[in-house]
Amino acid sequence: MTQSNNRKLTIARAMAESVAQEMRTDDRVFVMGEDIGELGGVYGNTRGLLEEFGKERIRDTPISETAFIGAAVGAAQDGMRPVVELMFVDFFGVCFDAIYNLMAKNIYFSGGSLKVPMVLMTSTGGGYSDGGQHSQCLYGTFAHLPGMKVVAPSNAYDAKGLMTAAIRDDSPVVFMYHKRLQGMGWLGTEPGATVKTPEESYTVEIGKAAIARKGSDVTIVSLGLGVHHALKAAEKLSEEGVEAEVVDLRSLVPLDRDTIRESVARTGRLIVVDEDYHSFGVSGEIIASVTEHDISVLKAAPRRVAFPDVPIPFERGMEQFCLPNADKIIAAYREIEAG
Amino acid sequence: MQPSLEQKLWMYETMVLSRRCEEQIAKIYMEGKTPVFNMANGTIPGEMHLSDGQEPVAVGVCAHLDAEDIVTATHRPHHQAIAKGVDLDRMMAEIFGKATGLSGGRGGHMHLFDPAVNFACSGIIGQGLGPAVGAALSRKMQGKPGVAVAFIGEGATNQGAFHEALNLAAVWNVPFVCVVEDNAWGISVSKAASTSVPRNDVRAASYGIPGHYVEGNDPYRIHEVAGEAIARARAGKGPSLIEVETFRLAGHFMGDAEGYRPEGEKDALFEIDPIPRMRQRLLDDGDASDEQLSNIEKKAEERIEQAIRFARESDEPRPEDALTAVFAQA
Repeated sequence: MTQSNNRKLTIARAMAESVAQEMRTDDRVFVMGEDIGELGGVYGNTRGLLEEFGKERIRDTPISETAFIGAAVGAAQDGMRPVVELMFVDFFGVCFDAIYNLMAKNIYFSGGSLKVPMVLMTSTGGGYSDGGQHSQCLYGTFAHLPGMKVVAPSNAYDAKGLMTAAIRDDSPVVFMYHKRLQGMGWLGTEPGATVKTPEESYTVEIGKAAIARKGSDVTIVSLGLGVHHALKAAEKLSEEGVEAEVVDLRSLVPLDRDTIRESVARTGRLIVVDEDYHSFGVSGEIIASVTEHDISVLKAAPRRVAFPDVPIPFERGMEQFCLPNADKIIAAYREIEAG
Repeated sequence: MQPSLEQKLWMYETMVLSRRCEEQIAKIYMEGKTPVFNMANGTIPGEMHLSDGQEPVAVGVCAHLDAEDIVTATHRPHHQAIAKGVDLDRMMAEIFGKATGLSGGRGGHMHLFDPAVNFACSGIIGQGLGPAVGAALSRKMQGKPGVAVAFIGEGATNQGAFHEALNLAAVWNVPFVCVVEDNAWGISVSKAASTSVPRNDVRAASYGIPGHYVEGNDPYRIHEVAGEAIARARAGKGPSLIEVETFRLAGHFMGDAEGYRPEGEKDALFEIDPIPRMRQRLLDDGDASDEQLSNIEKKAEERIEQAIRFARESDEPRPEDALTAVFAQA
């Protein structure tokens, strides 16, 4: 193993490194968004790029998401490979037409004669009292609508490999990164996201989940920050002899249903952890993927630990009450045990 | 400056081609929809927005464009598509929902895409603007020639996308021209009732770019103003905004009773139909003989008949093909 493989990176640095490596080898790749130049991205994921590539290719935009995401679609259709940032996923409300009616549909409307090779990177998640318009995940909203791939890494290794795969993909990819995994101290970062990350360029296949922890008694499926809650819950359960398997989805679209089904077939028990809203979302989809395939593998009713169906409250106690955590996952397992 | 004789004849021919196209579609659209009108039935199902009357805008602008230039169009795209050189057979087949259509029946008449001539559509008001600015940016960054033109209706100037895109195009100084087809009506709401200024060219001042208003649905005058704006964009001098006074001789969509129009408005518009007017002008100016123009008209009619034959004779897509082409092909 080379020394570089022992180097640990934050997700923010891993994203920037991937983009820089692609930009060095492909003139068509460029970045645009709000505060991604001089500032290096509010969440650090474009830091250092302006210095290396200059203002033409690292392009600060006006606060005009409809125009610049629409422009990314037009540039992608014209042969460029834009990486465009929607600073907070919550801001999709001002520009969703460019995303789901243009970016996601133009390949289909052209009968496949067009390519739309663009990455829409956007920050997700709460837990730091930013209130109800700056804390959402909205995974299900994006994954629900056809025509865009959706990825959400839980660690720097996956973040770098998924970003490289996303930039090289000829279809639009939504890259959803969780703010509390970015390695930005001021957001109260999760240390488990900062992992060994090779310096050389590599890809992580979009649409392939990972087994983050092996186990035989219960399958905990999650993504992003939820994977770290699941791993902590699994360690506690292990102390009492219960071995949880943790599936890190990494991609929502395409969804790796095979890995989920295979794991639940072995454990017979399923908990889904999702920081997005409880109803009509990712957690329901994961459960349906198992039950509609083969309900007989389940030894108990599946459980979900998700954000209740309320806007995200500001006050710390109220917000933490609503967010998933390791204790809630353990409580869910107790319910399964109780039958 | 007047268009060249060659350009004039191309403009007339293309206007006639577009009109014959719309007339035939209007007729075929009603197949299977009588005696009870149901939009879902017939040879051409779905909504249908015809462009009769607005042809001068498409030809006046597209006379300056080549295949490499980019056009984004609207929910009313046929005249613009024909003027941009979109494959007519495949466009007609798409309108019919056939496997040979531009997208094999996945898009329909509001979603015509022909990458060979850089033509794209959005059925959502004002949403072609961002992609056009982005395509213009792409050309600038790549150092490749090409101007991007976004056609919109006057109703779209009250969309946020209009403000955002024009500002962005101006800030980034990209080769982009926004052409507003002012047909005076946003479905049933008049421009006067919806728009704070009588003419949208004044809004160009907000972005520090040139603004032009062209009166009279006059193809020669449109040609002249568009020519200046497109030449300016090609020269790297930045975007322009052009609003053109035009009118639609059809309803917003087929089946529109047009009860909102003042009495007599429609009759008066047919009196100033731009196609007979241009024909007369060509004759008066000695630019073409009656026989020459009749010949052009006959050829246009035959060309549309050929496209319709192609569409009628094409197979329908396999229903299960609906599940393909969601993502880019490997």
